[in-house]
Amino acid sequence: MAKVVIDGVEYEVNPDNNLLQECLSNGLDLPYFCWHPCMGSVGACRQCAVKQYRDSEDTNGNIVMACMTPAADGAIISINDDQAKDMRERVIESLMISHPHDCPVCEEGGECHLQDMTLMSGHNYRRYDKKKVTHRNQYLGPFINHEMNRCITCYRCVRYYDDYAGGTDLAAQASHHHTYFGRYEEGVLESEFSGNLVEVCPTGVFTDKAFSEHYSRKWDLQTAPSICAGCGTGCNITPGERYGTLRRVVNRYNSEINGYFICDRGRFGFDYVNSPERIRLSPEISDDVEKKLEQFKTDDAIGIGSPRASNESNFALRELVGEDRFFSGLSDSDHEAVQLTLALGQDAAFRSPSVKEIELADAVIIIGEDVTNTSPRVALALRQSVRNYAMDLAKQSQIPAWQDAAVRELAQHDRSPLAILTPYTTRLDDIASEIVLGPPSQLIEVAGAVAKAISENAPTISSGDDRVAQIAKYLAEAKRPLIVSGCSAGRIDFIKVAANLARALSEQRQEVIDLCLTAPEANTLGMSMLTNEENTLGAALDKIRRGEARKVIVLENDLYRRAPHPDVTDALEKADSLLVLDQLPTKTTEKATLLLPATSFSEHEATYVNYEGRAQVSFQVHQNNSGALPSWRWLSKDRKENISSLTERLVKCSCSFEGIKTLRPEIHVAVSGMQIPRQSHRYSGRTAMRANLNVHEPKQPVDEESVLSFSMEGIPPGKDATILGAPWSPSWNSNQSISKFQEEVNGDLKQGNTGQLLLDRDKSDTYLEIKLDVPKADGGLEVALVHQIFGSGELSAKSKALQKRMVDPYIGLSKADAESLGLSQGDSVSIDGNGNVAAVVVRTKMKVGTAALYCGENDIDHHALGETVHLQKVASSHHRGLGNLIVSDLYEEGY
Amino acid sequence: MSGNLIASTARKARKLTEEEVHEIEHEMELYPDKKAVGLEALKIVQKHQGWVSDESMQAISKFLEIPVSDLESVATFFNLVYRQPVGENVILFCNSVSCWVMGCESIKSHINEKLGIDFGQTSEDGKFTFLPVPCLGDCDKAPVMMVGDDLHRNLTHDKIDELILTYRKSKQVE
Ligand code: SF4
Ligand code: SF4
Ligand code: FES
Ligand code: FES
Repeated sequence: MAKVVIDGVEYEVNPDNNLLQECLSNGLDLPYFCWHPCMGSVGACRQCAVKQYRDSEDTNGNIVMACMTPAADGAIISINDDQAKDMRERVIESLMISHPHDCPVCEEGGECHLQDMTLMSGHNYRRYDKKKVTHRNQYLGPFINHEMNRCITCYRCVRYYDDYAGGTDLAAQASHHHTYFGRYEEGVLESEFSGNLVEVCPTGVFTDKAFSEHYSRKWDLQTAPSICAGCGTGCNITPGERYGTLRRVVNRYNSEINGYFICDRGRFGFDYVNSPERIRLSPEISDDVEKKLEQFKTDDAIGIGSPRASNESNFALRELVGEDRFFSGLSDSDHEAVQLTLALGQDAAFRSPSVKEIELADAVIIIGEDVTNTSPRVALALRQSVRNYAMDLAKQSQIPAWQDAAVRELAQHDRSPLAILTPYTTRLDDIASEIVLGPPSQLIEVAGAVAKAISENAPTISSGDDRVAQIAKYLAEAKRPLIVSGCSAGRIDFIKVAANLARALSEQRQEVIDLCLTAPEANTLGMSMLTNEENTLGAALDKIRRGEARKVIVLENDLYRRAPHPDVTDALEKADSLLVLDQLPTKTTEKATLLLPATSFSEHEATYVNYEGRAQVSFQVHQNNSGALPSWRWLSKDRKENISSLTERLVKCSCSFEGIKTLRPEIHVAVSGMQIPRQSHRYSGRTAMRANLNVHEPKQPVDEESVLSFSMEGIPPGKDATILGAPWSPSWNSNQSISKFQEEVNGDLKQGNTGQLLLDRDKSDTYLEIKLDVPKADGGLEVALVHQIFGSGELSAKSKALQKRMVDPYIGLSKADAESLGLSQGDSVSIDGNGNVAAVVVRTKMKVGTAALYCGENDIDHHALGETVHLQKVASSHHRGLGNLIVSDLYEEGY
Repeated sequence: MSGNLIASTARKARKLTEEEVHEIEHEMELYPDKKAVGLEALKIVQKHQGWVSDESMQAISKFLEIPVSDLESVATFFNLVYRQPVGENVILFCNSVSCWVMGCESIKSHINEKLGIDFGQTSEDGKFTFLPVPCLGDCDKAPVMMVGDDLHRNLTHDKIDELILTYRKSKQVE
C-alpha cells in the first residue's frame, strides 16, 4: 500500500495501479474515456487530466493524465485544480466538435458515458458553430447499429474488439478529424463477442440493433439480477422488460465469472421469451388443470429432468416421482460424461477454475472442445490467458500491467503456450502455439501421450505426433497450467484423457491442477447432481417401452435432442399419459397428453449450477401473462408451496446443495423490511402505459416471495450491491457506474455474491482407463460433432436476432475425402442413408477421415449415428444456406 | 450455388504480378514479421498499378496473412496511398507557408485553369491528378511542386505550361 494526497486528503492506494483507477477505487469522480477497467490505459483521450505536484513546496504543479501516471507513494495531485478542470472542459469540447448532439434520438441517451462526462467536466455550452464532419455508417449485421458521427475517437472499440477479443474485422481508419471506426467493407461483425461494443463505446456509435426494434430508455426498463441461460458458464446478466416484453440483455458484473463482458449468444439470444409461440394455458384445460395434474401425482409416474430447467424445478419433479424414478434429461453419452465431470469435481487433485482463474493460466491445452461455440465466455478468457507471457515480460522490464500499449508493444506476437487438439479449425487458432488436427481418436492418443510424457504412472498411450514432448514440457514447467475439455463433442474419452493429463501434472508437480470441463446448458450440473448415476434417459425410455411406466412427466426438455428419434417416438407412444412442461413447442410437446406452460428464465426466481459447480440465483425480472408457472410450482404436491420451503428441502436432500442456503437473500436484508424496487426511481408512464385499455391505474402486482418488488417504490440498492440489477449512481448513468459498487476497481461488488461452489473436493482417485478405438475398416468417416454459437443452444436458437446468423446443418470434409466421394462445396449429402441431410463444406485444414458434423437445430438425429458415417450425394436443398459461417480467411484458405 | 455459399473475401482478390511478389518477398526478409511489411507492400503495388484497388487490398492481405481491415488502417492513414484511381501523373502541390508567401495561390489557379481540375480531381484525359501537400522541404526554391518523383522549383505560369506539355508528351511516348 502507498499513500497519495488528492486535493489535500490522504488516501491509501495500490502503487501497482494508475492514479485514475485509484481515484475511482476511492469513490472520487474523475472523467475518463479511453481507460477501461480491464483494458488498461493508453492515454488517448486526455480527459483524465489532473494537476500533479512535485512535493508539498510545489505550488505550480503540472498537468498529467491520471490514467498514465502511477499511483506512486507520496504523489500529490489535485482533481479540483482550476487549470486541470479547465483542461478537462476544453478537451471534452474538442472531442465533441463534430458530435451531433442528437441525444433525444440516440439510444445511448440516458446511459451515456459521454453525457455523464460532459456534465462532470462542466462543458455546458457549445461554441463551435462551423460545419461538422460527418461519416457514412456501415451495415454491421443483425446485432449492432453504427452511427459514426457520434464518435469521440477514444479508440476503446478497436482496443476491445481487436486487442482484447481478437476480432480481425474492425479497425481504425484514416486520421485526424476524419478518423473512422468500422469494417473494411459493410458486413456482419464477425466476433462472437461483438455485442460488448455496445457497452464499451462510451457514446452511441455502436448500439444494440435488436433492442432498437423495441427500444426503451434504461430508466424505463424493469430489471433484476439474472443469470444467462445460454450455456453452462453462468454469466451474470441484466435483462430489461417494458410493456410485458423482454427488451434487451446487458452484462452484469461478477468478478469471478464474466466480469465486464458476455458473448453474443447471451446478449442477443433471449427473445424467445417474447415469442408468440410460447405455450399458453389453453382455456379447455385451465378449468380442471388441477384434476388433470393430480393424475400424474401418483406412485407409478416417472420423471425426466432437464439440464435447462432450474434446480428447484428438477428437484420438485424428483420429489414428486421419487429419487429412483427421476431420470436424467441428457443423452446417455452426455449423462455418462457429466457424471464423470461431477466425480472429477470432487477430486482433491483438481480445481475447476472460474473464468477469472482461467485468465491466470500461463500454459493451456484444449482437448476436443470448441469452447468458442460451446462456452463462449471461456474462450474470451483463454484469449487473455495467453497474454500472461506479455505480463511477465512487462514485470521484468518494470512496465506496469496497465500500460496497455507498452505491454503489447513489448511482447509483440509472443504469447504463453496454448495447444489446441481439435478435429477442425477453431476460432482460437490464431493464438495457439500448437494446433493438433485430426479425427477424435487421434487427438485422444496425442493427449494420452502428453500425460504419459509427464508422468510414468499415466496409462501407456503413444502417439506419433512430434509435438507431444513440447506440449508436455510447457505444461509441466508452467506456473499455472490449465486443461480444458468438455462433453460437447460427444466423446467421454476427451474428458477421461483430460483428467488423466491433469492427474499426471498433479502427481508430477504435487499440487492441485486447474481442470476446466465445460457444461453445455445452464443447469447441466445441477440436474445431474440430482440424478442417480444409473438413471439414464435410455433406461427411462426402456422402462416406458416395457410398460413399467405408464405415466411420464417430461420437464422442459425435448427428448428428440437427447436420444435416437425412433426410440423416443416409440417410447412416448407407449405411455398412457404424458405430461410435458415447457416454454416453446417441440417435437416432444406434440406428443403430450397434458401440456403446461413453464416460465422462462426471466419470469421466475431460481438457482442454476454452472460448469464449476457454482450455484447462483437468478431473480425474476417480469411476470408472465399467459398462464405459465415455474415448473416446480406445477409439480409441487402442495399448491401453496413457496420457494423458501422448497429450497429448504433441496438443501437437505443430500445432493450437495447445502451451499444454496445462503444464496437467496431474505427480505430483512432490505431497509426496514421494504422490498427492493425492480424499477428505477425515474420509471415513467406507470399511470399511462395501460391508459389505452383502461384509464384506471391497476394495482401494482405484488411479489410475495422475492426481496424485489414490481414497483419503482422502495429503497433502491444505493451503494450496496447485494441485489444489483441495473447499476446507477448520482452523475453516473451508464454502466461505468459499476465502479461505485465495487470494493475497488475490478474487485468484488460491495456485499456482492459471486455464487457458491457446491462440490467438496475431498475424494481421491486414480487414472481412468481409455479404450483406444481401432479405426473401423468400413471406409466410413469418423464423426466429430460441431457446435455453432448461434444455433446449437436450443432456446437461444429461437431468437430472431440469432436466427439471422444461423446456418444449415453441414458436414465438414477434407479436400481429399470430398474429392474421393465426388463431392464439392455446397452439395447436399444424406448421412448413412437414413433421412439426415447436410450441406458439404470442404475445409482445407482438416485431416482425412474426419466428418465434422453440425446438426443444426436438431435437424440431424446424430444419436442414431454411429462413430463413423457414410455419405451419399443427394439433390441440393438449402434453407438458411451457409453464408453466415464465419470462416475467417485467416484460418481457412482456398474458398 | 456453391460459389457464394460461404462468405469469403478471398475470391475478391486479384493475382499479384510476379514482380510485385518478388519485391514484397524482398521486403519480408527485412522485417521480423509479415504485418510490418503491410505499408511496403502497399507502396510496391501502387508503384506497379498506379493505385491500390480493393482487389489489390485483398491480394496483399492474403499474401501477408494479415486482416484486410488492418491493411486498410494503414492504407487510409497515409494520404499518399491512393485507394482511388489517379491520373498518370500525380501533381503534389505544396501550399504551405513559404510557398504561399511566394505566391503559390496564383500558380494553383493557373493549373486549375489549364487542366480544368481542382485539388482532389483527375483531368478528363486521365493524365493528371492534382493534390495538395504540406511543405516539401524546399522552401528556399518556393513555390514548389512534385510530379511523380521529380521536384519542380521556382514555379511560374510559363514553367507550368511547359511542364504540362512535357508530361503529356512523355507519357505518350512511353
Ligand atoms: S466508436 Fe466509440 S469506442 Fe470507438 S473510438 Fe469512437 S467513441 Fe470510442
Ligand atoms: S458464455 Fe454462455 S453464459 Fe456467458 S453469455 Fe455466453 S451463452 Fe451466456
Ligand atoms: S482516460 Fe486518461 S487519457 Fe483517456
Ligand atoms: S512551404 Fe512549400 S516547400 Fe516548404
